[in-house]
Amino acid sequence: MEMPPVTSESGPRRYGRGIFLATVAGGASSLFWGKAVWDRVTGVVSPVAADIAPILPTGGWRIYTVSGHMPVFDPSTWRLSIGGLVEQPISFDYEALRGLPRAEQVSTFHCVTGWTVRNVHWAGVRISDVLAGAHPHFSAHALRFTSMEKPYVDYLSLSQASLHDVMLAYEMDGQPLPREHGAPVRLVIPEMYGYKSVKWLERIDLVPQAENGYWENLGYDRDAWVGRSNGYSS
Amino acid sequence: MKPGYVPRFSRVERLLHWVNAIGFFFLLATGLILYLPSLSTLVSRRQLMQSLHFWVGVGWVSALVAVAVLGGRRLLRTAREIETFDSDDLRWLRGGKAPQGRFNAGQKINAALTAAFTVLFLLSGLLLWFGERDTRFRFASTVILHDGLMFGSLALLVGHLYLSLIHPATRHALRGMTLGTVSAQWAAQHHAKWEPE
Repeated sequence: MEMPPVTSESGPRRYGRGIFLATVAGGASSLFWGKAVWDRVTGVVSPVAADIAPILPTGGWRIYTVSGHMPVFDPSTWRLSIGGLVEQPISFDYEALRGLPRAEQVSTFHCVTGWTVRNVHWAGVRISDVLAGAHPHFSAHALRFTSMEKPYVDYLSLSQASLHDVMLAYEMDGQPLPREHGAPVRLVIPEMYGYKSVKWLERIDLVPQAENGYWENLGYDRDAWVGRSNGYSS
Repeated sequence: MKPGYVPRFSRVERLLHWVNAIGFFFLLATGLILYLPSLSTLVSRRQLMQSLHFWVGVGWVSALVAVAVLGGRRLLRTAREIETFDSDDLRWLRGGKAPQGRFNAGQKINAALTAAFTVLFLLSGLLLWFGERDTRFRFASTVILHDGLMFGSLALLVGHLYLSLIHPATRHALRGMTLGTVSAQWAAQHHAKWEPE
């Protein structure tokens, strides 16, 4: 009977090609599972890692700006002005804004580019409390938020702006809102992707209807619901 | 050539290495400015950094391809050398004493991973760029892959720099990657199976 040849010592093999192809295949396939795994890992690791290495970006934030200069908050000149279709245009300085009823919430921040920061502790004011003194006109159905960073603007309909967890935040994780996160005050709307949450706010106008904001003019969705806009579906 | 020295890396091999290294460091610097909040705040010219990062990345990969084409058959032979593992390589990886060729098994794995990371950096980088312009190219995990590659590459880089600049037994290899030659005695000790041309 004929026996198959037996080799005791394997000859040269192209393992390098195997390592290369397996790594490329694994990496490319992670486009479909990477975020799910990463979210699970960071949920476990990030509270610990943040204590050990405060310089590492374990918080998960990235700072996006659209102009060449990041706005600087000057308490002596900064005002939040409320105008547009209102009976009484008003404005708040920083102290006056902080004097309005304080609201707090813990919510998750989703960026349209795929990163997520969980359990962000925000403190600030609800939009209804900011608008109350201005007496919005009945013909106003939306808000235009204007940033100190030109030419960034975005819009929310009044019904979107009155969702229970929408706020103007002046504190983040127990500290005054840092410059890179939009000091002194930013919009927070957790149910939409972050580009709706205008940073470095200086003006809110009541307008007849929502229009395209900065990113919407570049092709992003006006209604930026997390998980069901901008090409994503969940 | 100095007596007692043998050629280890050809001009094209060295060119490929340094084009890769220079491109990588530039991309690492601009990438970290985009990635780390403290650096983003410091520099704050995000659009400029983003364009620089993207176009240097495209230039980097194009330059690597150009050098590969320039290297032709000889460089292909180097690639063969790198991807081939014999039984001594496997024994060496398990921590045993085994004679090594011009590349040891660790260098072969490093090269295979670096090449794979480059392909994946290009893929995820292009998806990030086009995804910002068209939702068909947008995947929720692209940015995670691109970041993960950065961390993986940094880990390889730290090991690579330690072995090439600090570790007394191996740092002589840097001479091979700069001047092209290494001492014959060192070669016989670390790369016993290699027969210099």
